[in-house]
Parts: sequence; C-alpha cells; structure tokens
Amino acid sequence: MIGITSYGAYIPLLRINRKTISSATGWLGSASALPGEKAIANYDEDSLTMAVAAAADCLKGIEREKVDELYFATTTSPYKERQGAGIVATALDLRSDIRAADFCNSIKAGTTALLSGFDTVKAGSAKSVIVCASDCRVGKAGSNQEQSCGDGSAAILVGEGSVIATIEGSYSVSYDFVDYWRTEADRFDRAWEDRWIRDIGYSRFIPEVISGLLKKYKLNIKDFSKVIYPSLYPREHAAIGKKLGAEPSQIQEQLFTTVGDTGTAYPLMMLVAALEEAKPGDKILVASYGNGSDALFLQVTAEIEKARDRRGVKKHLASKKDLTNYEKYATFRDILTVDIGRRGEDVGATQLSTLWRERRMVLAGCGSKCKRCGTPHYPRQVVCANPSCGAVNEMESYRFSDKKGHLFTYTGDSLAPSLSPPAIYGVVVFEGGGRYTFDLTDCDLDSLKVGMPVEMTFRRKYRDMVRGIHGYFWKATLPRA
Amino acid sequence: MADGIRDKVAIIGMGCTTFGEHFDRSAEELIVEACMEAIQDAGIDKKDIGAAWSGTCYEETSIGKSAITLSVALKLPFIGSTRVENWCATGSEALRGASYAVASGAYDICLACGVEKLKDTGYGGLPQNEVQWGTVRRLVDSNQTAPGMFAMLATRYFSRYGIAPQEGKRMLAMISAKSHRNGALNPKAHLRREVTVEQIVNAPIVAWPLGLFDCCGVSDGSAAAIVCRADMAKKFRSDPIYVKSLQIAASSGVEMLYDDDWTHVETTTYAAARAYKEAGIKNARKEISMAEVHDCFSITEAVTMEDLQFSPRGKVKEDIESGFFELKGELPVQPDGGLKSFGHPVGASGLRMVYEMYKQLQGKAGPRQIKNPKFGLTHNLGGVPSVNVASIIIVGL
Repeated sequence: MIGITSYGAYIPLLRINRKTISSATGWLGSASALPGEKAIANYDEDSLTMAVAAAADCLKGIEREKVDELYFATTTSPYKERQGAGIVATALDLRSDIRAADFCNSIKAGTTALLSGFDTVKAGSAKSVIVCASDCRVGKAGSNQEQSCGDGSAAILVGEGSVIATIEGSYSVSYDFVDYWRTEADRFDRAWEDRWIRDIGYSRFIPEVISGLLKKYKLNIKDFSKVIYPSLYPREHAAIGKKLGAEPSQIQEQLFTTVGDTGTAYPLMMLVAALEEAKPGDKILVASYGNGSDALFLQVTAEIEKARDRRGVKKHLASKKDLTNYEKYATFRDILTVDIGRRGEDVGATQLSTLWRERRMVLAGCGSKCKRCGTPHYPRQVVCANPSCGAVNEMESYRFSDKKGHLFTYTGDSLAPSLSPPAIYGVVVFEGGGRYTFDLTDCDLDSLKVGMPVEMTFRRKYRDMVRGIHGYFWKATLPRA
Repeated sequence: MADGIRDKVAIIGMGCTTFGEHFDRSAEELIVEACMEAIQDAGIDKKDIGAAWSGTCYEETSIGKSAITLSVALKLPFIGSTRVENWCATGSEALRGASYAVASGAYDICLACGVEKLKDTGYGGLPQNEVQWGTVRRLVDSNQTAPGMFAMLATRYFSRYGIAPQEGKRMLAMISAKSHRNGALNPKAHLRREVTVEQIVNAPIVAWPLGLFDCCGVSDGSAAAIVCRADMAKKFRSDPIYVKSLQIAASSGVEMLYDDDWTHVETTTYAAARAYKEAGIKNARKEISMAEVHDCFSITEAVTMEDLQFSPRGKVKEDIESGFFELKGELPVQPDGGLKSFGHPVGASGLRMVYEMYKQLQGKAGPRQIKNPKFGLTHNLGGVPSVNVASIIIVGL
C-alpha cells in the first residue's frame, strides 16, 4: 500500500487584517478590498524556515533516518542557485545519502512534488519521501496580491506500510497561461487583467482537471467527502463547487480569510486540514492551480487515527497574534527600508567553509553528547564539560533542535540591531541536559518568565545583502499548542 | 615551589588621561599623555625602560594590532614591546606582563600601558564586532550585546532571590548613584554628574531590566604604570606601592555548557580565592580597604561584591542599602567613580583602577581620599557572565 504516511503544516503566528493593509495602501485604489485576515511570516521567517517547521510537524515521532528523499516546492526560494531542499534537509538533520529536489516556478508545484513523491515510491526508488511546500509571496504595496497572498507551509510524507491515505490516482493539465509572472530581475509579480485570470484561468482549469479525473476513474463528485482546491477568488471558489455539482459541505474550507493564498503550499495545507477531520474510508479530491492544475484522488484508511497529534492547520490557526501596524509588516517584507542604525550595518562576512564544516551544528542544531558520561553539549565540544568526566574525543552528534527546554534567564535588548526590537534572547536549559543562549522569537518581552517551557524553531538569523547570504539558525520560542 | 608575586614588584609611577569622548584626540596622543605622566611620576627616563606591554582590546578601532602603536608613539628605543589582549582584563594583563618580567629578574624597570579609542565606531556601546567570538560562534550566537548578556544576570538574580523587578532596579540604582557621586568628585572622570535613584530607575531601558544608568560609560582613554623590582623601589620614591597579588581566571566552559546559575560569576570567585591566598588576606570584607571593581553594569558590581566575599551570597542588597560601599562606608567601592562614571576604554580600565588605588594608598586622592587604606583591590571581568576572563590585582603599602 502506497500513500500518505504522515502530514504536518505550519502557519506563522502573525496575522494582519486586510483592513489594516487597505487602510494603508487602499488610497491607491488599485486593489479590491478583500475580507478577513492573512497569515504573515515574521521578520525572521521565509519559505525555507516555514518548510522546516511543517516538516518537523510532519516528522513528529518518525525516525528521520528513514526519510529517503526531500522535495521542496516553492516560488519564493531565497536563492536562485543554492538548493532550498538541501537547506531544509540539512536543517531536519536527514541523512546525506538522500535525493533532494526543488519544485519551482509555478504555484501548482506543491501538488506536482507530491505526485512525484508518490511516483517515486511506487516505482520502488525510495521507501519514504517528504514533500514540503512553502511560500512567502510578497505583493507590491497596494496590489491585489498584497492582500490576497498569505504565508504558510505544509509537509506530506509519502511512503509504504502504515498509510493514512492512499493515493488512488491523478490527472493533470498544463498550460502556458501567463496570469502572474516574475523574471529573474523582478522583485514582485506582474499580473495580467484580473478578470481574465479569474474567468479564463482559475474558473476553467480547476473544473477541467477535476472533471478529467472523475472521468478517468469513473467517479462522481458525490463520491468524495471533501473536494479541495485553492481560493484565488472567494466568490468564484464557491461557484466552481456548484458548477461541479458538489454540496457546499463537500467543499473544504478555503482558508482564504484566515491564512490567504499560500501559493504552492495552498492545496496541501487544505489537504492537511481535511486529513485532520477525515474518517477512515473518506475519499478526498485535491486540485491545485497555476499554469494548469494537478488533481489527486485519495482514500483515507484506519491508520488516520494514529496521526492526530500534529499541530497541523487547526492548532496553528488557533494560535495567532494580530499585527496592527502595516509599516511593521512592510518592513518585515523589505518593502519599507528602515534605519536600524550604524551598528546594524556592521554585518560580518559569512565564512562558507566554516558553515560547511559546522553545518550540523548550525543548520541542524546538533551539538555533541559525551559517549562516556552522557552529557550533551551545545555548541559541540571535543572535551567533555562535565568536571567529573573530561573525556577527550569521545563525542557523538546530538540533536537539540527537536528537544524541549525551559527559559533559564532572558532579556529584551534595545541596543542590539533588530527589525523587531527589542531583540529578545535567553539561556535555554534543555530537557536531558545542555544549555546555551538563543534568540527568542514570536514572543513579547512582557509575557516571559524565568522557567517557562520553550522549544526550538528554525529561523533566518541574518541577511547579508552585500554578499547575498541568508544565514539560518535555530531560535527558541514558546510552544504554539 | 612557586610562591606568587607578593611584594616582589613595586609600582613607582603611574599616569592616566581623562576618560571620555575624545573625538579630537588620537590614540597616540592619549598614550603619550598617560605614559609621560607615569615616567615623570617615577622620575625615570624613557631609556630606563627595559620592556613594555601594551593593552588594547578593540584594535580595529583606531589603534591597530601589536605594540607598535605604543613603541612608535613614545619612540621607544627598539626595546621588546608586546601587545596583550584579554577582553576587559586587557589593562590588567599589561600590568601582569610587566610585573612578571620584573619579578623574573629579566628586567629592572618595565612599562605597562593600556589604551582604547572606542568613540570612533560611530555609535554608542561597544563595537559591533560580529566575529569577536570567532567565525563559528557568529553563526550560532544570539543577537547579543554586553548590556543584554549582563541583564540576564539581573533577571536570574532577581528570580533566584525573590526580588521583584522594581525592587531589584532600585537596588541596582543605588549602586550607580554611588558611583556617580564619587565620579563627580573626580576631574579625570568621563561622566561627572550626580544622578538620583529616581532618575536611574526611570531612565530608558537598554536591556531589560537594565536602564541607561545601569550601564557604564564607553570612552576613549589611556593609563600607564612603571614597575620595578621591589628591592630597588625606594631609590625612585619614598612611597612606592607594592603588588600583593596578580590573578587571572578564564572560564573553563563548565559555566556556559554545564551548570552556571547566572547569579554569580565563577571566574571572579576563583580568582578572588587565589588572590587572597597570594596576598595573605584571611577576611576580605575586613582586610581590603577599598576596591575598584568591574562595574560594566550595575548588576555586575552587585554580584561581584558576593564573588569577592565582601557580602554573603544573596545578601549584597543589605550592604548596598546600609552604605557599606560608599566613599565614607566601611569598604569603599569605586572611589574614582568606577567604569560607571569614570568611563570604560576597555584596554585602559585595569590600569585606571590601579591608578586610583595607587593614588589612594599614597594619600593623593584629594576629596575622594579614603582614610588610611592598607590594601586596594582591582577587578576586571571581560566577556559575558557565563564565558569570561576575570582579573584581580591587590596592591598595598
């Protein structure tokens, strides 16, 4: 049996009400007012960090050594040349003898990556493939996309054995339909007329792919307990369902007014939300949008009950903080250039040879554990710090990034340059041993107390725009659920 | 069997510039002023100096590597000159190097100089040197500054001893108010203004819970000392000051990696115990007459009082409130204003502290004069509370 063996998702803590955006840029009159709020990456998040978060959620309780391939789908990889999947795989501390691939340049790439993972396992090339889809698309100030695009990610593990949903079939259509485009030199998407995208693209391709799949497998839309497709236009989203003959209860909640259009991640996040509620025997149909569409047909098994402890979409949705300040949002997305002071301009060079040598320590958050006395250390050490041990060269790698800990002491630093001052950091003491000073993120200084439980989250630590470097590391944060 | 440095070395001359924002003075000018004051105070000639030690921490700001800046500034006649650096203990290291050179019998007279030009960075606080802990640590360390790292000492101290934040801030404010009072009496100090506890408590926060007045001045300045073998000291002056102890303790990594409580500093604790043994001091609280300690932040001074055994653990608040460390108290601390008020040009600070002890022991401290001092202690702490180097110097009659 081949199919989905686990799932996970990530939605950033921050949300911005679309009214906050329209009250800041609505005077331009260039975008139509959209309802609800959208999820937004914090200043230290991007599509890579969110992919790691969703993957960590997906791999909860699963041996990471057993993952054979990692696919990363996005249209917002921080690098044009430097594989995103490689960074995600390193951050997850996966084996090095894996195949890693990026699926890019179309917002349907999430479902394409999922289908590729399925085909790979089916072909026997791998036993376990993790597919991460993540996007953090930035609309030009005042544009439709500024209001519609949200940030988020999903991760789906495809494998054999304890499958929670089998992948029964698929159907795809591909068109060079130029609705949105971005060249190598473009910072923001360009778009053709909105009505044309809506009526000739969005409202046609999704019905076409779903009808094609139904016909191919001789199914009826009523056979599905949930039908999933992204919402680029809330009203047309409902109209598509009606056109296909689906009852409103069959249509998966579109996440548009809570998260927004998360690009490659969008259909997969909706799939995760559907799996969270699914019952054994349920049939699910999921379709994407973007230069055509992919449709997949899944059937939920009894194993679904064993995969209920994910944060997924539901718990991440419930845990949120409203960002009421548009200027802060624009700053986080680098739309507004702010003065962070002379001190903030003194960015040191990144020695990539150092990063390579210490990749497990930096990107995977691994320290070392003394084989003689069991003391864990971060950063990795050669000589054991336990005064009654002191063993030399008897260390093994030890992963801290998936360990819980508590906040031993902390501060909020207004001198340290930060896009979200004060810079909060503290000493984290890990369960099982080990301690270090880490930045804290997604929290307010006033809410912190000595002794609070914390966990680790993969974040962008710095950006060196002069040298084109995005530096990543782990920060501490308060558990979301 | 080694028997330490006690009474083997004498300080026969010292010099110190004013500390402050010397936007109009170069490192060279500061070095020359401090060293010429020391040379003239010792009554020697430049050519009498056998070897020189130069202390600078942030060489990237205006000064440059090596001791060449010192030797060229003074036009020293091709003698052995060495630069030392050990974070905020840099100035003390310069004195340590010069003292050991004299004690070994290799030289009769040596020069120790410390200098720092911090005000050429273009911003407040210490230089934002991202690789100051090395290129690896830069990739994993938090977005930290000195006030933030020491603020975490306060967070933990307050939590451990059940002190409410506002109560704790008040305790710390009394430390800074005292240092400002002393510094206001000192013509060479950087920040010569008295401030009230209310002003301190209500000042803008730099790194919670530390506010502006919990942080020391960041300054330019230089200080210097001339040392010689103890047996020849009286040839130069009737009131030489003798080195009783020179101690350094560097972190072992245990604090950061294994089990530091962040309410005290382990290195200071070790260095103090060794220094008292070396100097023959049994009861520091009673026998030490005065101290200049590393009050980079008010909380640092608070925990240092406990690490130096001046106050019992967790009890420094009582001594602060009773005025024990005031200029007229039983154990005056920071009689010259401390880093808080005198300022902190890192490489010069250790020697600046000894300068005050030297003047006090000679009875030349003017309105700040402490009555009949016998032993003066100086203390530096460089780095962050869990990884650092601490120095202790004890000088006496």
